[in-house]
Amino acid sequence: MAGALLSIRDLHLTMKSFDGEAHVLNGIDLEVRRGEIWGLVGESGCGKSLTGLSISRLVPSPPARYARGEILFEGSDILTLPMRDVEALRGKRIGMIFQDPTTNLNPVYRVGEQLVDVALAAASHDPSVLDCAANAGRRERRRAARRLAAEMLGRVGIPDAKTRLDNYPHEFSGGMRQRVLIAMALIGRPDLLIADEPKTALDVSVQAQILKLLKGTVADHDIGVILITHNLGVVAQTCTHVAVMYAGNVVESGPVARVIEDPAHPYTRALMAAIPTKESRRGSLNGLGGRVPNLIAPPPGCRFSPRCPLAQPDCTRAVPPSVAVGRDHWTACLRAKEIEGVAHV
Amino acid sequence: MLYFILRRIVLLFPVVIGLTVIMFAIARLLPGDPVALAAGPNATQAEIEALAREFGLDQPIWTQYANYVAGLVQGDLGTSLLTRRPVAADIAAYLPATLELVFAAMFIAVIVGIPLGLVTAVWRNRWPDYLSQILAIGAISMPRFFLGLLLQLCFAMWLMWLPLGGRFPIILIPPPTVTGFLTIDSLLAGDMNAFATALRHLAMPAIAMSLSPLATIMRMMRASTIEVMSQDYVTTARALGLPKAKIILKYVARNAVSATLTVTGLYFGWLLGGTVLVETVFDWPGLGLYATKAIISQDMLPVIGVALVIGLLFVLANLAIDLLYGVINPKVRYS
Repeated sequence: MAGALLSIRDLHLTMKSFDGEAHVLNGIDLEVRRGEIWGLVGESGCGKSLTGLSISRLVPSPPARYARGEILFEGSDILTLPMRDVEALRGKRIGMIFQDPTTNLNPVYRVGEQLVDVALAAASHDPSVLDCAANAGRRERRRAARRLAAEMLGRVGIPDAKTRLDNYPHEFSGGMRQRVLIAMALIGRPDLLIADEPKTALDVSVQAQILKLLKGTVADHDIGVILITHNLGVVAQTCTHVAVMYAGNVVESGPVARVIEDPAHPYTRALMAAIPTKESRRGSLNGLGGRVPNLIAPPPGCRFSPRCPLAQPDCTRAVPPSVAVGRDHWTACLRAKEIEGVAHV
Repeated sequence: MLYFILRRIVLLFPVVIGLTVIMFAIARLLPGDPVALAAGPNATQAEIEALAREFGLDQPIWTQYANYVAGLVQGDLGTSLLTRRPVAADIAAYLPATLELVFAAMFIAVIVGIPLGLVTAVWRNRWPDYLSQILAIGAISMPRFFLGLLLQLCFAMWLMWLPLGGRFPIILIPPPTVTGFLTIDSLLAGDMNAFATALRHLAMPAIAMSLSPLATIMRMMRASTIEVMSQDYVTTARALGLPKAKIILKYVARNAVSATLTVTGLYFGWLLGGTVLVETVFDWPGLGLYATKAIISQDMLPVIGVALVIGLLFVLANLAIDLLYGVINPKVRYS
């Protein structure tokens, strides 16, 4: 579709393992426009992180194999681009933030040095990243990169940014390190930001600050964001859109308000029901019965069907197609129409 | 930092005391009479007793030990029965040759081993990796003296590129002694001919000694590089578009190298104490040869002296390595 920054279509990914080939991604569809913050939610192992890594071609292959589908970034398919061109996108057009701030910064270099390296790499593809003449010498480019690094650190809310450039990662707190990582991901001025659980290692108040920072960044720079998380609360607070994943499929997607207020897929409903509320009885948690399916021999048809309270024989015949249940609101469930309007399953 | 160094140096004292006590005990337990050996086959009983008196060997062992320690505090390591010279002077004469050999061997091992480890890790499970694995196993398992003989056969006998042995030809004038290292002294004197000569003599024994630490360092470097390459910060660096060469040479290498430091320090000490065979094969006038001759004639004071000096150097080398950790990784800097 025109206008989409990123468009993933029918992405299939298999992983070779000792027991056979696991069908890890089973036809992912996702479309991200500028200004949108997409939440990618699902249980551990549902393929959300792999989807994020695939966008930058960071999944080692082999063992991974892209059996089908495409990942269009501004119209060109990342899966068929030469590796050189993909590397040119990294950092410059597509920024990434990973989940653990304690392990994602190199312990032996000052943070300023690491920021400068990313800025210089981005500038090698697009000189306008740095505020200096395109034909400037090495020293001048480094100086400009350092200025930019200090500016970025300041912008992500690190006080006294200029002197903090000379600190090592272990001299920062977890929240501050997360901010450094965000600054690193943003320093090349990417158009798409992929944030893989950028707050799991942080306490709640720091989490909230980080999410606010991300939100502000989208507003300021008009970029697209994919926020990978398993926390629906974070999605509700931060995202404009959400895609719910289950065992390698996007089972439901749409604007956050619609999906959360009126979930159309039994899995989404189960996820919502699992969140404890003030009203829930003490000691009772509405967990979802059953387990995530074995991806080497996945259940036929809808992968959720073995755990689905509404499953019927048709569900195991073929992967259900996505159907619209509202404006921009899609779900991959055969019984979507019946569920609509039903208060709870 | 200073406290850290001082503490390590203070810890040397128990080591020195333990070493001297053990060596004295061994000397007493060994069968045979060192004085008789030193006096020669034709010496009379009176001459032997006179010699024993001269060296204080007629006294009870604790008196001997007390005398030795009293001398040690003043830097006196006693007198050799064999050479009739102060042990300290003998060691000062032989130590630079051994140190030069060990430093050269470790230099080769580090300079070649670390890049090779990096390369084999990056191209792991492809032919450069397999080739180096085979060679490494060969290098570790081959005895050093045998390797030395092979080198001599090849480069001295057949190709005649390098001298068979020795450290410096007697007919040439060596450079004035500054450090005791012939290579460095000749450079300091600006004498390029002497430098080339010293280097040509040093090459084969140093290579023979370097191969097993080289192979170990290479394998360590390979393993730690592979481990570091799977670290999150490397993924982040890749995800943010850093060039591959920069990631390997800057982000990976510095983290991976620290794991090889410990083994480098240990090998340094190990080579110091194990120079004998290589020194014998290459007729290298070093500490190993000196200590061996002393052991054979049961001349204990040189043996103790050499053991002390090697022990001291070993501790110092490991102290230097510990300090290097802090240079490479700011997180372990000592405060």
